[in-house]
Amino acid sequence: MTTQPLPEHPDFLWRNPEPRSSYDVVIVGAGGHGLATAYYLAKNHGITNVAVLEKGWLAGGNMARNTTIIRSNYLWDESAAIYEHALKLWEGLPEELDYDFLFSQRGVLNLAHTLQDVREGVRRVGANRLNGVDAQWLEPDEVAKVCPILNVSSDTRYPVLGATFQPRAGIAKHDHVAWALARRADEMGVDLIQGCEVTGFIKDGNRVVGVETSRGRIRAGRIGLAAAGHSSELAQRAGFRLPVQSHPLQALVSELHEPVHPTVVMSNHVHVYVSQAHKGELVMGAGVDSYNGYGQRGSFHVIEHQMAAAVELFPVFARAHVLRTWGGVVDVTPDASPLIGSTPVDNLYVNCGWGTGGFKATPAAGWTFAHTIATGEPHPLNAPFSLERFTTGALIDEHGAAAVAH
Amino acid sequence: MLLITCPWCGPRDETEYHYGGQAHVPYPENPAELDDRQWAEYVFYRDNHKGPFAERWMHSTGCRRWFNVLRDTVSYEVLAVYRLDEPCPALSQAGGNP
Repeated sequence: MTTQPLPEHPDFLWRNPEPRSSYDVVIVGAGGHGLATAYYLAKNHGITNVAVLEKGWLAGGNMARNTTIIRSNYLWDESAAIYEHALKLWEGLPEELDYDFLFSQRGVLNLAHTLQDVREGVRRVGANRLNGVDAQWLEPDEVAKVCPILNVSSDTRYPVLGATFQPRAGIAKHDHVAWALARRADEMGVDLIQGCEVTGFIKDGNRVVGVETSRGRIRAGRIGLAAAGHSSELAQRAGFRLPVQSHPLQALVSELHEPVHPTVVMSNHVHVYVSQAHKGELVMGAGVDSYNGYGQRGSFHVIEHQMAAAVELFPVFARAHVLRTWGGVVDVTPDASPLIGSTPVDNLYVNCGWGTGGFKATPAAGWTFAHTIATGEPHPLNAPFSLERFTTGALIDEHGAAAVAH
Repeated sequence: MLLITCPWCGPRDETEYHYGGQAHVPYPENPAELDDRQWAEYVFYRDNHKGPFAERWMHSTGCRRWFNVLRDTVSYEVLAVYRLDEPCPALSQAGGNP
């Protein structure tokens, strides 16, 4: 018996440094948003004395669990502005980061199944166009041309009455996005520290001056929280509350198939969203589980419900098999819009509340959060997404365009 | 799928119920005296504990009555079920899904 020698281990994309005793900025959470924040702190603001602390491993939370959909067709001006900024950044990032993370602008269809869906979709297309977001309204026969495997006949419980279509939307390989951002942030001097849980905050009066971690005390000039579903826990340790609730959100993949699905299809009404990854698996998600949960798993009936919807919309999927299901913990706000800004604690900033839609916003979340931390003031794009809006009442209700039931 | 015991109907699947979020959030005693910040707290801010959490459920396809559940938000174990006119049981007395 002969054995082939194993190939050399590839170079690591980032160092694994020991935490230093102090940094200018500490970011809590090395998911997509934390890494993007560190990247733009270094690139846009020249702040490189930065640590990103991660209790688990890099990009092992929601960044590894989302359905990789990227789009910017949100209803309100504030949302369209920040998500469209993200989409424009996505279009340049593979070259900027010198990393082909399989960003594929294959378009997204948001299906309408009721008269109200049609009205809402047509309205959203109009709003999108006024905001410079590419959007079209498609009738059922046009929907079928974009996605031939979609059942647009009237012979279904909830027939497809039309769809919004954003051609520039698409998908990207989420893990590779994180690794691309991590490599470049590391090259610019950012310390990415895994296995380092923040257990408390050190304060001087109302000003935060550092964190207690599972790997010792780290002092910091400014601190940014980018911990998604665990933001409430961190906020509680820092002494304030956030208007977010953590819910399980599940997704699943089939085994590998030949390319059959050319775009991304989302249906708010029958509740499933589907794309086909480059490798060939069908990637599907659904709504959140109704209850609060930190278990990174949800209930099976939610999966059953989304599979029923998928098979009705795509009869060809009836012969596919579920290969894997998993869950993440998403932090949902009352208006389904994120929170990016200052907190009641000085020098402590928060980026959270992205709920079910954080992946697509990764570059813009990082861009605006880095600006907020570097300057102490919000960027015009994230100024509307402050905590204060829940006191002033200036909510940004995106429950419709979020396309995932909360 | 959670198995939740309705205080009136007995153990039923989660799909028979509707979730109502955090329990024991009383309406403000003197609403006219609240400022905007206090209203925001009442309307938009709820606890989001990791661990045992007292929450409301409604048996929407059964008796349609609201009741409270003490449930662990990490393990999802139902620790206790109690009526709205009963106090939240202490954790030491919560004996699992009855």
